[in-house]
Amino acid sequence: MTDAIRAEGLVKQFKGKRALDGVDLTARTGTVLGVLGPNGSGKTTTVRILATLLRPDAGHAEVGGFDVVREPHQVRRLIGLTGQYAAVDNELTGTQNLVMIARLLGMGRAESRARTTELLERFGLTDAADRPVKTYSGGMRRRLDLAASLVGRPSLLYLDEPTTGLDPHSRNGLWGVVRGLVDDGVTVLLTTQYLEEADQLADDLVVLDHGRVISRGTPEELKSRAGDQVLELRTADPGQLHLAGKIVEAVTGSPVEVAPGDLAVAVPVADAGVLPEVVRRLDDQGLAVGELSLRRPSLDEVFLALTGRAAEEHTENEEARA
Amino acid sequence: MSTATTEGAGARTRAQVPERITPLTTIGNGLQLARRSVLKIKANPAEVLGLVLQPFMFVVLFVFVFGEAMMGDWRAYRDFLMPGVIAQSVVFATLGTGFSLSEDVEKGVFDRFRSLPIARSAPLIGAILGDLVRYAITVVMVLLVGLLIGFRPEGGAVGVIGAGLLVLVFAFALCWMSAFVGMIARTPMSVQAFGMILMFPLTFASSAFVSPDDMPGWLRAVAANNPVTHLVDSMRALMLGGDAASPVAWTLVWAAVITAVFFPLAVWAYRRRT
Repeated sequence: MTDAIRAEGLVKQFKGKRALDGVDLTARTGTVLGVLGPNGSGKTTTVRILATLLRPDAGHAEVGGFDVVREPHQVRRLIGLTGQYAAVDNELTGTQNLVMIARLLGMGRAESRARTTELLERFGLTDAADRPVKTYSGGMRRRLDLAASLVGRPSLLYLDEPTTGLDPHSRNGLWGVVRGLVDDGVTVLLTTQYLEEADQLADDLVVLDHGRVISRGTPEELKSRAGDQVLELRTADPGQLHLAGKIVEAVTGSPVEVAPGDLAVAVPVADAGVLPEVVRRLDDQGLAVGELSLRRPSLDEVFLALTGRAAEEHTENEEARA
Repeated sequence: MSTATTEGAGARTRAQVPERITPLTTIGNGLQLARRSVLKIKANPAEVLGLVLQPFMFVVLFVFVFGEAMMGDWRAYRDFLMPGVIAQSVVFATLGTGFSLSEDVEKGVFDRFRSLPIARSAPLIGAILGDLVRYAITVVMVLLVGLLIGFRPEGGAVGVIGAGLLVLVFAFALCWMSAFVGMIARTPMSVQAFGMILMFPLTFASSAFVSPDDMPGWLRAVAANNPVTHLVDSMRALMLGGDAASPVAWTLVWAAVITAVFFPLAVWAYRRRT
C-alpha cells in the first residue's frame, strides 16, 4: 500500500514563533489519519501546508506523489479542503455555491447541475437547495461546505476540525459521511481536538503539541498509553477529598495528588473492576460521595499521560468538560 | 444525512481539470468568479437598495440643498454637479472591492479558492470584473436620477457614454488600490475606515462639487492636481460641451499611473496573504 501523504521535517515560523518544529507524518492511501492536538499545536498549519496554502520554511511534503511546493497545481487536482469555518457564500443558495465550484473545475453546465443535485441530496440539503445559505443552520452550512470540497471527487480530503461547534446529531451525521468516503477509497486527513472523534474515525493518529509530534500510533495504542479509562471522584464534602484520594490510590495503585482547593480526583485505571472496591472502601470510611464515574480519558488526560503536563491551551469546551 | 455510497473516487484525478493553467483557463475562471460577484449583488437587498438609493440621495440633496446657495439657481448647479456626483459615487463604490476581498479572506472562502486547481489570479480578476458591473450600475442610476430632475446634457448620448466609459476606466484603476488595501488590512471594517479617510479628501478636494477657484490657495493647489479633478473636468467637457482633450489625457495618465503602482502591489499582497 502506498502513502497518499508523506511529510518530513516540516517547519513553519510566524513572526519568530515556531508554529511547526519538524513535523513528520504519513497517511496510507485509503485510510484516515487523525491529527490530534490542542489549539495552537500546529494542526491547521500542517493542513495548510499540505493543501498548498502555505509554504514550509523547511522540510518537504508530497501529496499523491507530487511535491506541495514545486507542483502545487497537481496537488490541488487531487485534494478537497474543508476548513474550520464554513467557506461558503451566505448570500448565494446552496445550489449556486456548488454549481460555481463545479464550473470552476471545468464541468459543463449540465454536468455541474447534475453533480450539485447529487451532492445536495446526499447531504440532506435538497429541500434547502434554493434557499440562501444565510438561512441555513450551523450543521447545514458545514454539510454544504463539505459538499463543496467533494464537488471535484477528490481522492484526498482534508478536514480541519470539521465538527467543532456542531451538535451531537450533526456530528454523528458527519462521521457517517467520512466513513462512506473512506469506503470509496478516499484518503482523509482529519484534525480534531476530540479524542472521541479520532477514536471513531482514525486508522492512525499523530498527536501534536507545540508544533512537534509527541506521539503516534493507532487509537488503541494511544489510549493504552493514557490508561483505558479514568475514574473520577468528587466527595460531598470537599474537605474529605484528601482522604478519598488515599483510598483511590490504595485500590488503583496509581499515585493520586490532591492539592488544596481541588474538588475532584481523576485517575487512569486499567480495569473497570476496581470501581466496586472503591465504593466499598469509601462506604467503610463513611465518606459521602458527590460524584463517582468511569469515563474515557479526555484529551487533557492523554496529554498529561504523554507529556507529563496538562495541555496549556484549552478551548472553552475542554474547560467545561475538565 | 445518508451515508456515502455513490462517490466515484476511484478516479484518481479530476478528468476535466486541465493539467496546467493556460491564459484561457484564467479568463474562464475569472469570468466564473465575476459571475459570483454579480450574483452576490443581486442576492443582497441592502446592496441593491444602496445602489439605487444612494445616488438618488446624493443628487437630490446636493442639488436642492446647495444649488441656490452655490449658483443662485439649482438648475445651473444641477448641470455642474451631475458629472461630479457620478465620479464621487463611483470612487466611493470602489471601496467595495477591498471590502469584499477582505471578507473573503476572513471567511476562509479564499482558502477554498486557493486550494482548487484554478488560476491563482482568478479570485482577484473575478472580484474586479464583478465590481465593474456594480460601478456601471451606479453610473446609470445617478444618470437616471439626473434625467428625472431635468438634466439634459448637451453632449448627448455620445458625450454621456464617453463620460461613463472614462469613469469606469478610472474606477478600474482605483480598484487595484482598493484591492491592495483589502489585502493588507486585517478586517473588512478596517478597510472601510481606512477607505473613508482616503476617499473623502479625494472626492471633496476636487472640482466635483465646487470649482477649485473658490477654494483657499493651498486647497486650490491640492484640488488642481487631484486626479478626480481631471476626471470630473473631462466628464463635464464630454457631457456639457467644452474642450475635453487635455483633461481626458490627464485622466488616462492618472489611471495608468495608479494601475502601474497598485496592480503589482495588490498582486503582491494577494500572493503574500495567507
